Amino acid sequence: MLELKHISYTVESEGKPLSILQDINLTLDGRFIAFTGPNGGGKSTLAKVIAGIIKPTEGQILLDGQDITDMTITERAKAGISFAFQQPVRFKGITVKTLLDLAAGKRLSVHNACAYLSEVGLCAADYINREVNDSLSGGELKRIEIATVIARGTKLSLFDEPEAGIDLWSFQNLIQVFERMHRDIRGSILIISHQERILNIADQIVVLAAGQVQQHGAKEEILPGLLQGRSCIKTTGSCCGRKG
Amino acid sequence: MSEKKTFQKLNFDPLQIQMVQQVAELHEVPEGAYSFRLNGQSAAVQSSEHITIVKKEDKPGIDIYIAPGTKKESLHIPVVLSQTGLKDLVYNDFHVGEDADVVIIAGCGIHNCGDQESSHDGIHSFYLEKNARVKYVERHYGEGDGIGGVVMNPTTIVELAEGAYLEMDTTQIKGVDSTIRETRGTLAENATFIVKEKLMTHGEQYAETVFNVDLNGRGSSTDVVSRSVAKGKSRQKFLASINGNTACTGHSACDAIIMDEASVRAIPELTANDVDAALIHEAAIGKIAGDQLIKLMTLGLTEEEAEAQIINGFLK
Repeated sequence: MLELKHISYTVESEGKPLSILQDINLTLDGRFIAFTGPNGGGKSTLAKVIAGIIKPTEGQILLDGQDITDMTITERAKAGISFAFQQPVRFKGITVKTLLDLAAGKRLSVHNACAYLSEVGLCAADYINREVNDSLSGGELKRIEIATVIARGTKLSLFDEPEAGIDLWSFQNLIQVFERMHRDIRGSILIISHQERILNIADQIVVLAAGQVQQHGAKEEILPGLLQGRSCIKTTGSCCGRKG
Repeated sequence: MSEKKTFQKLNFDPLQIQMVQQVAELHEVPEGAYSFRLNGQSAAVQSSEHITIVKKEDKPGIDIYIAPGTKKESLHIPVVLSQTGLKDLVYNDFHVGEDADVVIIAGCGIHNCGDQESSHDGIHSFYLEKNARVKYVERHYGEGDGIGGVVMNPTTIVELAEGAYLEMDTTQIKGVDSTIRETRGTLAENATFIVKEKLMTHGEQYAETVFNVDLNGRGSSTDVVSRSVAKGKSRQKFLASINGNTACTGHSACDAIIMDEASVRAIPELTANDVDAALIHEAAIGKIAGDQLIKLMTLGLTEEEAEAQIINGFLK
């Protein structure tokens, strides 16, 4: 279970304080939780706060009751948090196999490494010895990024817009990947997405806008309103939702 | 199968055996042709049916004659210096006959535990005849806890006849205090010269790499790629000069990671003396990207472990 208590994050912009996250309070104990909301609403920032990449200016984070607020990225990774970047990083010279080994925390057999790649719809033999460099397309990189999170198998997996930069054909496969993960995973998945089909797999949906939690509840409660545009999502303090 | 010959049988001491393993990855005396040079002296030489090694009369070094048509043979020529204060200079000339296809493994290891400078200047000249192919691997390595420096100045001269191909993998990862590595190539029609350099410097080390390739024959090509890491207060200088004198293709790339208080200077130079000379250079120097470190840390690595992984991959 992940608890966020009074999380705020403020930066300085042109000499003035700019609030990115404001007093976020959430208790997340579902298996598959989707974060959605307009761009610039604070979703990615919140995911980075959870992974330890960004330190909040205020608040406390608890993972299964343990206070992880002051833990480093590495300590949080070891405590059971994984993070799939929205824009995966490229490495000259590091192969897909090495990255999967590092993710799994052990030297994987080729068979096991291939299994993780097959899981995300990549023909494993073609990729295992490829370098994670510019020769890979955005979609390939994205799937390898997801495979590293699967290889870690931690109790909390964060995905920052896995659909971003993926073509429609790849997206169909991606949905199946997440459907499988929802079925098989023992831990929790926290996924940032704008895609209806991903939101549709979720057990819970959190709507984040203007750095605040606008709505949080079961998918059945939240999704119909989002789809019909009746829900009022604040972006800059005013109501921008399309009235149905 | 014949029994494997050990280095003990050649009277190598344990330190020399360890250095040979470091620079040539040899755990026993290789089959085929070889020439081992220890502390400025020839220690063991063996020719094979197609590869003849002849000691030079006028200066230190050897002439190696590889018969035309020799296929899938290898030649090992490691050099080890374990005596402090030694200044070794050697000339090795490789004459590779038509259509031969061989692998040549060279390397120099210096162990200096004294207070005087030890140096090895190896001048290797390759003369490849028509359609000959050579893969040339050299590794430079220094160690020792003395205050005496380790200096290596390898010079490689490459002359490629029509259709000849030479691929040079050169690595210097550790322990060489000062080095000027000079490589010159002259290419005839349809000849190809590939260079892959891996370099890491640390402490107060200095490394200078100079490439100069003349593309003289139509259809000749070269690809010179250097990857380097500069740590501590070390300094590196990379000069790659490609001269396209006819219809040819040339590419050079210097890709460097800079750390701590190090300094890296890259000077790519291209000269086209023909309208059909297609020449490209790339040079990039930068620190390790923050998001690379963060990504590996999210996999559970510490910052130091992440840095080591990134460097190992980069220089692999």
